[in-house]
Amino acid sequence: MRITEAKKYVADKLHVSPLDLSDPHLMRNLREELDIGVVTGVPGVAKGIAAKIKIAELLDIKINSVEQFKKKTGLHA
Amino acid sequence: MKILTRMGDSSSVEMTRDELRRDLEEGTEAAATKAKIPPLTENEIDYLDDMFACPSRIWGVERGHEVVMTKDGCVNALNSSRMSSGVVAPVNREVGVRLFESMLGFDSMEVSHNDYSVKPQRFLKALEQLHMELLQETTIFPLLYGFMPNLGLYYRPDGSFENPSDLLPLGKIDEARKTQEAALQACQDDCILMSDCMLEMGADGIDYDTVASTGDAEFLAVLKTTEHVAGKTGLPVEIGMSSEMVLGFHGQLEYDGVRLAGLWPHQQLDLCEKAGTAIFGPVVNTNTRKSTPWNLSRAVTFVKACSEVAKIPIHANVGMGVGGVPMFETPAVDAVTRCSAAMVEIGRCDGL
Repeated sequence: MRITEAKKYVADKLHVSPLDLSDPHLMRNLREELDIGVVTGVPGVAKGIAAKIKIAELLDIKINSVEQFKKKTGLHA
Repeated sequence: MKILTRMGDSSSVEMTRDELRRDLEEGTEAAATKAKIPPLTENEIDYLDDMFACPSRIWGVERGHEVVMTKDGCVNALNSSRMSSGVVAPVNREVGVRLFESMLGFDSMEVSHNDYSVKPQRFLKALEQLHMELLQETTIFPLLYGFMPNLGLYYRPDGSFENPSDLLPLGKIDEARKTQEAALQACQDDCILMSDCMLEMGADGIDYDTVASTGDAEFLAVLKTTEHVAGKTGLPVEIGMSSEMVLGFHGQLEYDGVRLAGLWPHQQLDLCEKAGTAIFGPVVNTNTRKSTPWNLSRAVTFVKACSEVAKIPIHANVGMGVGGVPMFETPAVDAVTRCSAAMVEIGRCDGL
């Protein structure tokens, strides 16, 4: 997927515009609201693999690290 | 009005507006003539002209034109030596990757060992797997595993195969070709072994870096490895090249009926796509005796020829000594930001 198409795919899934994806003000709040991880240290917000599991679901994509983690933990449906 | 810019070795140079324009035009023509591709348009030259004439220290893309970054060399810039622009920081790989994600704002990261070639890395397979496994649990951004195929290490005195550089000066052409064919198979086996085991550990993709550094035999090994990885796992493979043209140390090797020796970036891209590559990283080498405007104009011309026909994302290499960036271990920000922005705005890259 080329960059323009990829940005549109992600933006549509997040219900924002492609321009919004690179707006740190908007995305900081949206990431915390969706609980998909933020760059600063915030207690209780999803981190690491927990955030990636949510991102895979939100974007409706398969992420290899998530798939392998699910296999190890028996979370695979 | 004098314009302050840089030479390809990073030293400052003053140019008139006419000299700047001439270098931009000659740079694009040099690429167009070599690779038989279209030169930049007048409008594109105008963009580069205005960019270099602007006295601002840094340059950037238009809002909304931001692209994503992939990385090579893991955290070598933090904890390695000057050969990787490293600052020898007392930071291990796990800490370094976390810093690249949260503090340096990278979009993805490549996990690899400091000794960056596949041949030494295969002996550290278990350690590499463990670090990939652990880092996947503590980071959010995509983690690719990467290495240089570096076919040169398979030849004597580093490896067991006869060195074609010893055979060729003696006129032993057939022997030189045979040793490359045998070595490329060993290199390919190692590349497949490391790729498969890292993907099993959860790597989100594989990055082959400085591909074809030892010429057409190395390029063939990587194309066949990519075919295997993409075909077997469906997971993404990034191929970052080592130079703008594939050197023909062998001269007769082919992939999909195309001779590999002498291929230019847009032709390399075509074969990489056929092999199943997900991201292609073209490289254009910097000429230290020419100005940065000349080098960048030339580099962007090669890259634009890729972007215009690519079905997959193009992540141009924009590091020291490639992509128009001066060949210097601490490249100046005025040059790096201009080269990066031009690769996006004119080269139409999807990433860097």
